[in-house]
Amino acid sequence: MSASLHVLAEGDIPARVQMGASLGFHIIFACFGMAFPTVMLIAHWIGIRRGDEVALVLAQRWSRVGAVIFAVGAVSGTVLSYELGLLWPGLMGNYGSAFGIPFAIEGIWFFVEAIFMAIYLYGWRRLSPWVHWWSGTPMVVAGLLGAFAVVAANSWMNQPSGFTLQNGRIATVDPWAVVFNRATPYEVPHMILAAYMVVGFVVAGVYAVGLLRGQRDRYHRLGFLIPFSVGAVASPLQVIMGDILARAVANQQPIKFAAMELVDNTGRGVTEWLGGIYWNGEVYFGIGVPYLDSILVGFSPNTEVIGWNSVPPELRVPLPNLVHLSFTGMVAIGTGLMVLSAWQAWVWKFRREVLSTKWFLIPAALSGFAAIAAMEMGWIVTEVGRQPWVVYGLLLTADAVTPASGVPITLAVMIVIYGILTITCIGVPWLMSRRWRAQGTAARGEDTVQTPYGPPPSRMEERPV
Amino acid sequence: MNPSGTTIAVAVLLLVTIAGYALFAGADLGGGIWDLLAGGDKRGAAPREEIDLSVTPVWEGNHVWIIFGLVVFWTGFPSAFSAVMIALFVPLAVSLLGIVLRGVGFAFRHEAERLSTKRLYGAIFAASSLVTPFFLGTVVGAVVTGAVPANPTGNILSAWTSPTAIVTGLLFVATCAYISGVYLVADADRRGRPDMARYFRRRSVAAGVVAGILAAIDLVLLRETAPYLWPRLLGPALPAVVVSVMGGIAALVLLHGNRPHLLRGAAALAVVGVVAGWGVAQYPWVLPGAVTLAESSAPEPAQVALFVALGLAVLLVLPAFVWLYWLHQHERLLESEPAPVPPPVPPPPAVATAKGTYSGNAAAGVIRPAPDPHPVLETAVIGLIVGRVVRDLMRQLVHRRNRRV
Repeated sequence: MSASLHVLAEGDIPARVQMGASLGFHIIFACFGMAFPTVMLIAHWIGIRRGDEVALVLAQRWSRVGAVIFAVGAVSGTVLSYELGLLWPGLMGNYGSAFGIPFAIEGIWFFVEAIFMAIYLYGWRRLSPWVHWWSGTPMVVAGLLGAFAVVAANSWMNQPSGFTLQNGRIATVDPWAVVFNRATPYEVPHMILAAYMVVGFVVAGVYAVGLLRGQRDRYHRLGFLIPFSVGAVASPLQVIMGDILARAVANQQPIKFAAMELVDNTGRGVTEWLGGIYWNGEVYFGIGVPYLDSILVGFSPNTEVIGWNSVPPELRVPLPNLVHLSFTGMVAIGTGLMVLSAWQAWVWKFRREVLSTKWFLIPAALSGFAAIAAMEMGWIVTEVGRQPWVVYGLLLTADAVTPASGVPITLAVMIVIYGILTITCIGVPWLMSRRWRAQGTAARGEDTVQTPYGPPPSRMEERPV
Repeated sequence: MNPSGTTIAVAVLLLVTIAGYALFAGADLGGGIWDLLAGGDKRGAAPREEIDLSVTPVWEGNHVWIIFGLVVFWTGFPSAFSAVMIALFVPLAVSLLGIVLRGVGFAFRHEAERLSTKRLYGAIFAASSLVTPFFLGTVVGAVVTGAVPANPTGNILSAWTSPTAIVTGLLFVATCAYISGVYLVADADRRGRPDMARYFRRRSVAAGVVAGILAAIDLVLLRETAPYLWPRLLGPALPAVVVSVMGGIAALVLLHGNRPHLLRGAAALAVVGVVAGWGVAQYPWVLPGAVTLAESSAPEPAQVALFVALGLAVLLVLPAFVWLYWLHQHERLLESEPAPVPPPVPPPPAVATAKGTYSGNAAAGVIRPAPDPHPVLETAVIGLIVGRVVRDLMRQLVHRRNRRV
């Protein structure tokens, strides 16, 4: 036991676990930063345009929840930028001048988003409705462009470009080529669509639970329908985008693709494995579809797919089964969500109704978890699949890690804090909703209904009656 | 080798982000320190509320300065950045812990309902406001004394536990409290709370005096421990130091007057003067005695890219930031509890007759466009379009693949 713990604390493992956990945690909140403003503003727009007070209440409550999530995202994002230096000084010291550029761009968009988030959140009382609505739109744009910049940085790690090396140091940099590297056009849309799916399905899932409990009022139907539509629009696009991306990976990072599809020897007519575990040259427990992998890569059963045996063992992906199962799981969930969306879209198109059957609502309530799981698995595929490299083909992860002692301690502290944070992030919105529900039943007994755009409660009391 | 013009400009940019962090986020951190020192639930309620009103809407925007600082540092001077991150792993990790806990405290304490949880988050927020500036201060102290080598092989405990580093850490804490106190005096005056203005006036004077004493001690220590800095501190950097001292004294005097803008300006000048003096005194080193600006500077295009990003920031962030502060200073940003759901309205007799038109009555609860009258036709059209798209897509992909082969 102590021996295995000792092994785990050796080398780059604690740093990798810490980075992975930080990224996996932050990315969920980053998704909300990217896509939640859009969902809020759709509700807000419906509210103002159609004088729909239910939609306005939804928008305001979402902005309140969004602010909490956004704050946690801001903090966990800071953790990541710190950790890039604290855990990977080899990466930043050697490639910081190229790798840092997209982060500089992202910083600006984050700044913009933080500012407008504050204005939007605290503007419900004293800003006029349309000024307030427009004050939210920069969040949407900044979310998209910020995601673009950060994912471009990750793409650069997969397909480094835009610099020349001299004695191991970067001699010249072409910022344009750094940002628009070969992987950027594939990774960026994939992540943005993932964010829209995660936010759409998570928020819809909350209201699906309410619908399941029989609260089929307009508040719950609208609260379900707005985010679900966002997720539903994104999911088919995501399936197409994912397919294109997988082909790009096969082309740009064949060894990663080999791990994703469990291809050991280079060959033609390669079998596609759905699930399955690779052990000593055999795949167990998987469903194999002959020729399908080759067909998916090159639209012909004759396409050659490169296997990992084409490189020496130390350059192969360390955990091919993890990468493969994550990839399969992500594809399965993505397809499932697309089917779910199509079902509701069909019913909406022809009957203008939210489905009320349990067969739909239970999966819909779980769709948020599924979307998050799929996104995390996608990150496992891209990050673990890039190993043993941190900068693909140029810098090994083991050479980038910090020589400072103390990483296991920061890892332990981080796991504790993030664990508590996760519980709080689920608990606080739940408490908020409980409070609002209690408030709603109390308000129904009174004559006055407080609307989002109106004098604040304290002033209402001050008014002479 | 002398550093190029752009390298110096990047170094200046780095100092600007540090000054920005000190002036904006430093004030928020100081708010947390006053929150910590405000006393029990009852006695501390009024000042805590005042701090909360001033800090909450703006802290996230202010916090971004440190991210900017990290980005400029690692893009502009990657090798020095990596050395600092290795040697000063411990204080940086602890300051990060402070930043995380503080953000968490901020995010949740408004949503906490029970007094005990409110207290818990409040305490987290306040305590971490103390930790973050202190450890960032020790980092600066370690760099200034030349304790960070060019190629450290592990974390160096002695670098940031030297008396100079510790005093610098304390100086950072006192400065944050001072800056924050000054801002809070102005805010309280504007909100028409003369009692609170008096309260913070007394405290800022105390913090200012403490900061001044600590700065003097630090100067004495630097004379022995910072051989690379000391001569230039009394040479080319002297005007900046003088400006800083004058600003500090002016602010202490102005605290008793009624000129909030001038007061803020003077306090800011004191901080900016210190940062500028530090920069000038440390030239041409990034890590005194180990790494010069020229040695660790990034290639020029990367530096230029940083400035393009900066230009974008000035174009995009500055107006937004100004608007945020304007709204904040004019009391347009208020916390508001979401409204309850309006009671359901009975559905109107006829919602809509034609596709896409909604009943104009705003109160008409259920808004639902009419279902489609031609389901079969629509299905056929959708099927046709989807089929076309898929076919075209496949064709294009196959085509592209063939071309490549």
